[in-house]
Amino acid sequence: MTEESLYSRRKRPFETAAAAAVYLASALSAVIFIGITGYVFIKGTGAISWKFLTSVSDPLKRTDGIAGNIINTVYIVGLTLAAAVPAGVGAAVYLNEYAGCGRAAALVNFAAETLSGLPSVIFGLFGMVFFGETLGLGYSLLSGALTLTFMVLPLIMSNTREALRSVPEGYRYGALGLGASRWRMIRTLVLPAAMPGILGGVVLAVGRIVGESAALLFTAGSSRFLPRLSGDLMADLGELGKKVMGSGGTLAVELYLQIQNGNYRAAFATACVLMAALMCLNLVFRAFGRMKKMLTAG
Amino acid sequence: MIGRGAMAEYKMAAENLELYYGNRHVLNNISVGIREKAVTALIGPSGCGKSSFLRCLNRMNDMAEGVSIQGRILLDGEDIYDARTDVTKLRRRVGMVFQQPVPFPMSVYDNVAYGPRIHGIRNRQRLDRIVEEALTGAAIWDEVKDRLGKSALGLSGGQKQRLCIARALAVEPEVILMDEPTSALDPAASFKVEELVRSLKQRYTVVIVTHNMRQAARISDYAVFFLAGEVVEQGVTDSIFTYPADRRTGDYIRGRYG
Ligand SMILES: Nc1ncnc2c1ncn2[C@@H]1O[C@H](COP(=O)(O)OP(=O)(O)OP(=O)(O)O)[C@@H](O)[C@H]1O
Ligand SMILES: [Mg+2]
Repeated sequence: MTEESLYSRRKRPFETAAAAAVYLASALSAVIFIGITGYVFIKGTGAISWKFLTSVSDPLKRTDGIAGNIINTVYIVGLTLAAAVPAGVGAAVYLNEYAGCGRAAALVNFAAETLSGLPSVIFGLFGMVFFGETLGLGYSLLSGALTLTFMVLPLIMSNTREALRSVPEGYRYGALGLGASRWRMIRTLVLPAAMPGILGGVVLAVGRIVGESAALLFTAGSSRFLPRLSGDLMADLGELGKKVMGSGGTLAVELYLQIQNGNYRAAFATACVLMAALMCLNLVFRAFGRMKKMLTAG
Repeated sequence: MIGRGAMAEYKMAAENLELYYGNRHVLNNISVGIREKAVTALIGPSGCGKSSFLRCLNRMNDMAEGVSIQGRILLDGEDIYDARTDVTKLRRRVGMVFQQPVPFPMSVYDNVAYGPRIHGIRNRQRLDRIVEEALTGAAIWDEVKDRLGKSALGLSGGQKQRLCIARALAVEPEVILMDEPTSALDPAASFKVEELVRSLKQRYTVVIVTHNMRQAARISDYAVFFLAGEVVEQGVTDSIFTYPADRRTGDYIRGRYG
C-alpha cells in the first residue's frame, strides 16, 4: 500500500461551479420574490386609506373601496372551508384508515390528482352550469363556495392523506392493542398527530380560495354590496344569512375587474391587501407550528 | 399434539391453526397450549412465524393485508375467532407489548391512563391509583413519579419499553403478549425487563417471543419451538433445554440455525 499524504486536497472545478449555480438560483428567486412584493407594496400602499378599506366603490362619485369585497372574501373562505374540510379530511381518513389500499382508494386518488391539475376556469364553467343553473343558485356566494369546494377538495385530501401516512404505525397498533375501537384510535391519536399536516393543507386551500378569480367570476359574481345592518341582532343575523344567496365578488375578482377597467391605482392597492392577508395567514400558521412543536417535545 | 381433554387446563389454546398472508402459508397446523399464570417462551429462527402466531392470540393480525386464518384459538374455552367475538373486549383481556416501544405523544400519566379511559374509567382518584399501580408493576414508578405530567417521548429506550408494559398492565389484562421486548434495549435495561416479566406471572399469563436462548431459559416456565411455520416441540423449558426430544430443537438451542 502506498502512503499518500493527507495534504492533497485538489480543487474540484465542477463542485465549485455546481455550488455557484445553486447559490445563484436561490439568490435569483429571493430577488424575484422581494422585487415583486416590494413593487406591489410601494405602488399599492399609496392608494390604501381608511376610506378605501371601509367603503364600497362608487362609479358615480368615482371613488374606490373594497369593504364589500373583503366581507365577500371572508364569506367565500368560510363557506368553502365549512364544506371542503369535513369532506376532504373525512374522505382521507376513510381511504387511509378504513379502506386499506383497495381499488376504491386508487380510483379516488386518481380522480383527486386529475382534479387538482384542472385549470380553475373549468371549475367556473361547471359551477355556473351545475350550481348556478341546474340547482338554481344563480350568481351567489353559495354557488361560488360550492364550486371552490370541488377545487380545493383534492388539495385538502392529499395533504391529509400525506399527514396520516406519516403518523407512526406504533400509535395505531398501541391503541388497538389496548382495546380501543378504530374510531377512538383515530380521534385520540391519529388525527391529533396529523393535525399540523392537515392544517398545512387548509392554509394552502385558503391561499387558493383567496387568490381565485376565474372560478368565481361566473359563479359568485362581482357585486360589492355591504350587508345592511340595523343593530337588531335577529334581523342582522337574518341579513347576514341571506347574503349567502346573493352575489358577491371577492378581492381577487375585484382586482381582476379593476385591471380590466384600467384602474391600476386601485388594483395595486387591492393586490397589496391580498398579499398582506396571505402573509399574515402564513405567519399565523408558522407560529402555530412552532407552538405545537414546543408542546409535544417538552 | 395436545389432546382435546387436556385443553381445559390451558388459559389459551390454538387448535390446528393455519395462517396465510395472500398465498404465503406462514403457520401450518399449529396446536399450542398456554398455561395460566406462567411464562411461555416462543423460540425459533427468524421468519419462522413466532410474531405472526403471537399476533393471532389477540387478533392483531386482522389488519394485515390479505391475511386468512383457519382453525381455532380458545381463551378460557371460547373461540376468539368466532363471529360473535367482540375484538375490543378480547384485546382488553389479552394485551400486547411490541418489539419497538412507541409511547403515545402525550404525558407519562396519559399514556398509562389511555387504556383505562377507553374502557370508561373517568374518576380521577381511581385513575391515579391505576396509573401508580401499573407503573409500579412495570418497575418504573420511581423513575417517573416526579415527571408524570411530562411528555413520554423524553424517556430513554428502556424506560419507554417499561412504560409500554405499564400501559398494557393498566387495563388489567389476563394474558400479556410480548414480542421481543428487550431486543432494542441494552443489557441493564433488558435485565430490568426480565425481572419484571418474572414477577408478572404471579398475576398474569405471559407469552413472550425471544431470540435470546439464555433469556428464554431464565424467564420462561414453558417453551414452544417453531421452525418454518410448524411447532416442532413444546413443553417445560428446563426439559426442552436439557433433553430436547427433537434433534432440530437441540441444534437451534445450541446455535446451529441463524
Ligand atoms: N403482514 C405480513 N404480510 C405478509 N407477510 C408477512 C407479514 N408478516 C410476516 N410475514 C411473513 O411471514 C413470515 C413469518 O413472519 P414472522 O414475523 O411471524 O416471523 P418471526 O418468527 O417473528 O421472525 P423474527 O424472529 O425475525 O421476528 C415471514 O416470512 C414474513 O416475511
Ligand atoms: Mg418477530
